[in-house]
Amino acid sequence: MTIPVRFGPYGGRYVPETVIPALDELAAAYERLRDDTDFKAELASLLKDFVGRPTPLYRAGRLSEKLGGTTIYLKREDLAHTGAHKINNTVGQLMLAAKMGKARIIAETGAGQHGVATATAAALFGIPCAIYMGEKDIVRQELNVVRMKLLGAEVIPVSSGSRTLKDAMNEAIRDWVTNVENTYYVIGSVAGPAPYPAIVRDLQSVIGREARRQILEAEGRLPTELIACVGGGSNAMGLFAAFLDDGVRMTGVEAAGEGLDTGRHGASIERGERGVLHGSLSYVLQDAYGQILEAHSISAGLDYPGVGPEHSFLHDEGRVRYDSVTDAEALAAFTMLSQTEGIIPALESSHAIAYMVKHSDRFTADDLVIINLSGRGDKDVHQAARALGIMS
Amino acid sequence: MSRLEELFRDRSKKALLMPYITGGYPDLHDCRHVLEAFIAGGADMIELGVPFSDPLADGPTVQASAQQALDAGVTPDDVLALAGEFSGRLPVVLLVYYNNAFSYGSEPGPEQFVAAAAAAGVAGLIVPDLPVDEASEFVDICRGRGTDAILLAAPTSTKERLRLIAGAASGFIYCVSVTGVTGARTALSGQLPEFLDRVRAATDKPLAVGFGVSTPEQAAEVAQLADGVIIGSRLIKMVGDAGDIDVACRAVTKFLQEVNEVLA
Repeated sequence: MTIPVRFGPYGGRYVPETVIPALDELAAAYERLRDDTDFKAELASLLKDFVGRPTPLYRAGRLSEKLGGTTIYLKREDLAHTGAHKINNTVGQLMLAAKMGKARIIAETGAGQHGVATATAAALFGIPCAIYMGEKDIVRQELNVVRMKLLGAEVIPVSSGSRTLKDAMNEAIRDWVTNVENTYYVIGSVAGPAPYPAIVRDLQSVIGREARRQILEAEGRLPTELIACVGGGSNAMGLFAAFLDDGVRMTGVEAAGEGLDTGRHGASIERGERGVLHGSLSYVLQDAYGQILEAHSISAGLDYPGVGPEHSFLHDEGRVRYDSVTDAEALAAFTMLSQTEGIIPALESSHAIAYMVKHSDRFTADDLVIINLSGRGDKDVHQAARALGIMS
Repeated sequence: MSRLEELFRDRSKKALLMPYITGGYPDLHDCRHVLEAFIAGGADMIELGVPFSDPLADGPTVQASAQQALDAGVTPDDVLALAGEFSGRLPVVLLVYYNNAFSYGSEPGPEQFVAAAAAAGVAGLIVPDLPVDEASEFVDICRGRGTDAILLAAPTSTKERLRLIAGAASGFIYCVSVTGVTGARTALSGQLPEFLDRVRAATDKPLAVGFGVSTPEQAAEVAQLADGVIIGSRLIKMVGDAGDIDVACRAVTKFLQEVNEVLA
């Protein structure tokens, strides 16, 4: 099966001609390797022994009780090496880069989780690595900057535009256009030009495959609903992909920031228009002339004015429902999960928890919910503490 | 044959000169003076950029000029109007990122932008993030409106892709001199002659070279190999550094005259 370039009308390869041959090379390498027995065995072995998979599917008993008795499971991607699902993708892409003989790795990062995961995988494979990160994100995610540097990566501050993920991605693409012949670009979400959305989805789909097997073992039935946060949308696609043919309800939760009507949010699907950003056609936050708007979210990982093209397609098809929660709702859920289950979630993942909290009355005791706990919250404790008034 | 193709065919100089400025830079008013300075310096055609919020094919100089124009409130409509003011005097080519073209008007898709550009007398459109594989609808629309779809070829383009580009493009083929983004460079790539030979082998259409051409010496080198020379970042930097628009325009005119001498 060939790798999809489009999902319905969405996706494509809207990038300069200079990098198109490199995208062709990547697609060909991936198509050759993804079904290769040795490649699959090596990836499985790294996921098990380096990443620590399978991650647990944890029955959150006290949270279930607190929210009216619906059985809630958490897919514990926070327990994966480096503390988030991002590592699933970077280990796989670094394997591709190594097989393709690339001498240098670049990546963009928002919250820093993808940057850390890329730096980690680059260290594992012994390939030099540069990470582009917006100056605003460098300030609010200082811990991850230190981690990337400790792992041997060069962190390149990006001062253009909104100084966040979108601009880091622009700069990474410019680097790639310039150094395309020896450099592998590790995109961190199900976004960017084809074949990246499909590659990242495939590499993240281990989340859903495990969760499906685990829930059948634990409960003897499929879940009634899946909930995951959506920025670019890789943890959500990773969970959803294994259940798309099952008739399971799925909800993607975007960042409503300070409120959808304030204009300060990251809800690309709910409030965006069709547009082209970072190489693919998808829903985008933009003005009437197609200038990209700044997104806003308390969580740096959801602070992105675009979304992966497959999500736009699943939205239009009605297969996945997209909703949003505010910064305040996410913060409340951050605290609630910490104190109810002893798990400090990432602010990104807190959006998925917050959706469950907010809509718990629509669920019954017969419902069986899996929430993707995409990352742990250590990186967010300073910011959350300030926002909650625990610390000045 | 399109207006641009005729211009290349009928030229009496080795290569045509196409200076670039971001539309609305340094502001909408003074941009007109820069365009006048282009004409006084002997420009054969003008490339006008529609400022975009996320110009991923551009280096720092062009990026900053676009940001300054956007901060001053310049819109695609302003740039189209500016093109319309000059398109009767010499051919004007617009550089537009795909999302600005796609999002223009009431319906998603490039149709309305191409129509507006054609109505403004624009001779051709360059879309740096629309490779030939994604361009078929756009090329058809341009053809229907009588404006050229100028596609880009890169040193990394394969023989097969160069053939596709040659088949779809009209006006001229924009040959990117380096693997990289726009911006002045101290020397041209050593691979440029080999690259242009490969493009020539794929097409009879005129070839113009841009990205990194910033001195009369480099322009002279390009004129030995190609039919057109595109200069952008160097001119934007001259305008930005001068501080005073009259000083800037005199410097731009003088510089372009020097370039023109080597192209004669």
